[in-house]
Amino acid sequence: MLPTLNGRIQTRVALLVVVGSVWTLLITPLLPTGVGLGASYGATFSVLLVVTVLGVLWELVYHGIQQFRWEKDWPTLFGLVTMVPEGLLVWFLFAGGAIPWIGSLPGWAFLVHFVTTWMWVFVIANGPIRVPFVHWRFNGGRLV
Amino acid sequence: MGQPLAPPPVAGDLSDRLVATDVWTDGMLAEHGIPVVDVPLVTFGGGIGSFVTADYLRICGVPTSAIRVLTPLETPWQSYEYLTTVSQIPRTERLRSDSASTPDNIWGFPSYALREGLQGDLKQLWNVLVEPIWANYYTPRAGAAFTAMEKEMHRIRYPEMVVRGQVRMVRRRAGGGYFTILTPPQGAAPTRRIAYRSQWVHVAVGYPGLKFLDDLQEYRKQTNDYGSVVNAYEPHEHVYEKLRAKPGVVLVRGGGIVASRVLQRLIDDRDRFRLDTQIVHLFRTYTATPHGTGILKRRKGADGWAYQGFNYPKSVWGGQLKQQVRKTEGAERARLYKEMGGTNTPVRRDWQEQLSRGRAQGWYRVMIGQIDRMTKTGELVEVAVASDQGPQLGSFDAVVDCTGLEADIREHRVLADLLDHSGAGRNPVGRLDVERTFEVRGTRNGNGRIYASGSATLGGYFPGVDTFLGLQIAAQEIADDLHAQGFGSKLGPGRSTSQWWKWFRNQQI
Ligand SMILES: Cc1cc2nc3c(=O)[nH]c(=O)nc-3n(C[C@H](O)[C@H](O)[C@H](O)COP(=O)(O)OP(=O)(O)OC[C@H]3O[C@@H](n4cnc5c(N)ncnc54)[C@H](O)[C@@H]3O)c2cc1C
Repeated sequence: MLPTLNGRIQTRVALLVVVGSVWTLLITPLLPTGVGLGASYGATFSVLLVVTVLGVLWELVYHGIQQFRWEKDWPTLFGLVTMVPEGLLVWFLFAGGAIPWIGSLPGWAFLVHFVTTWMWVFVIANGPIRVPFVHWRFNGGRLV
Repeated sequence: MGQPLAPPPVAGDLSDRLVATDVWTDGMLAEHGIPVVDVPLVTFGGGIGSFVTADYLRICGVPTSAIRVLTPLETPWQSYEYLTTVSQIPRTERLRSDSASTPDNIWGFPSYALREGLQGDLKQLWNVLVEPIWANYYTPRAGAAFTAMEKEMHRIRYPEMVVRGQVRMVRRRAGGGYFTILTPPQGAAPTRRIAYRSQWVHVAVGYPGLKFLDDLQEYRKQTNDYGSVVNAYEPHEHVYEKLRAKPGVVLVRGGGIVASRVLQRLIDDRDRFRLDTQIVHLFRTYTATPHGTGILKRRKGADGWAYQGFNYPKSVWGGQLKQQVRKTEGAERARLYKEMGGTNTPVRRDWQEQLSRGRAQGWYRVMIGQIDRMTKTGELVEVAVASDQGPQLGSFDAVVDCTGLEADIREHRVLADLLDHSGAGRNPVGRLDVERTFEVRGTRNGNGRIYASGSATLGGYFPGVDTFLGLQIAAQEIADDLHAQGFGSKLGPGRSTSQWWKWFRNQQI
């Protein structure tokens, strides 16, 4: 990807909101959350929200790292490995009770939800998004 | 009957008076007997630049009847394939653009690597996942690019838009729009010229010309020997044949991708036919280490070469650098071009292996300096080099010049005519000045606009012009600008998706 800061943030938010929400709606009933459907949705959508909000901050960090690259590009693999620190941070926030409105979310349920959502966003950002948005790749990932 | 004042004019030709007139009326062409064809948009050149622009417009719903492509070429990639073939990229070899630079597909999806992956070559998918850190950049095979373009050419009914011939000039028309003067092939039309009257013109003539270095030209003039000292963009199979027939020493000059390719060919032959070819490689600028203007701007380099995947840093095609250059003017822009440009070549494992073997075994040697003069001594070329070690003299069986300098835009007749008669000017690096929309600045006429893309426009608000992706970026800007004038539909998410689906099913449009 060849993102600009603005493009990174727009793409992150748009994909998590659209793709992430659809996927969360579909997968939540199948997750081993151990609680009722309502509470499960509450938990998974909270994860999605936190990933989106924190993600904006992460993008600032990535943009900073990108400045050290001569080509000012963002290799495809980076879009995948950043899943690890981001996932860990969100998990610790949940496990540590930093998200007060959520009771608990079992580790497996979190892992499956987080990783699969990330993979959808990753795959779509690396190709299919260009089908409806033919200007996107030339605009540093900006949608508007 | 009186004496004729001038020799009878060829039917439908230009006259000196017409050539000297900047703005033409319909009546002037009628007087000259030049037939006029009306069409909303003309694109000429007919290479990859015209092709991707026509492709984009067809996808935006412009009918074939509204576009004419004026070109001497049989297919859009003909000129390109000629250049790649002579510079040692046959169809089976890989090009120098990325997986998503797909001139047959405006979306860049599916990319070439994905297509190879879907055909079972999963290694290519892995490659695009881990490049450029754990693998060299993926690049498509030349043959794959050509066959895909051929398919797209038929899908968009491109041949219906093509008219054969050479464009002589474009002139503004009194009342708006332009006349593009076509010289059809001899015998193909009853008149010497045909005028295309259009509201829009797109200029995509590729390289204005190839500039041979003075020392090469001097050598040829003095010796009449065109075979031993060649430019890599000229056909030079005979050099490889000569080295196969008898062991020899060859001088390769230049530090760009063409030098890389020529070295690869020489060493491939050396390995395959067990030859004893000795190679001397002359760098003008030797890059020993990473270099640049600061910690945030360091390009890799080693063993003489400046390393970069593509001819500009990657983000000029869509990211930060694209955005940055777009905002600059004048000297500031020229400075950025200088910072990002310069001769460079990609890092490729096979090339690295070959050259380090050559260095270790002593048949590949490097020299730093410039050629002073070349003379013929018997069968050999004697080359005097002003090197960093002082003057040196060497004798070679062949000299392959891989410096491939591009000529000034004025060398191209049509571009010179635009500068002289139609208000076009030069940009901060001396080439054709275009707007962010690729409209040629200063040439607007009533409701008409002239656009240009490709190498001639290097130095503008967008640096990556002379590449597949750059030509597609230009096509997008042009299509958007045309849409704003009411020509073609907007390529919003709905239309884009439905058109992509048609592409995917290879449905003719
Ligand atoms: C050896 C080589 C390798 C390259 N490799 C890559 C690569 O791997 N990836 C990449 O993205 N880019 C690459 N490029 C750069 C670029 O993409 C190609 O050169 C591409 O062909 C440029 O397209 P074009 O339309 O500007 O020019 P061309 O494809 O050359 O077409 C222009 C055509 O205009 C015609 N013309 C000229 N004057 C007139 C006239 N008066 N009337 C009518 N027709 C006229 C000429 O016949 C010419 O063929 C490479 C370039 C070279 C030289």
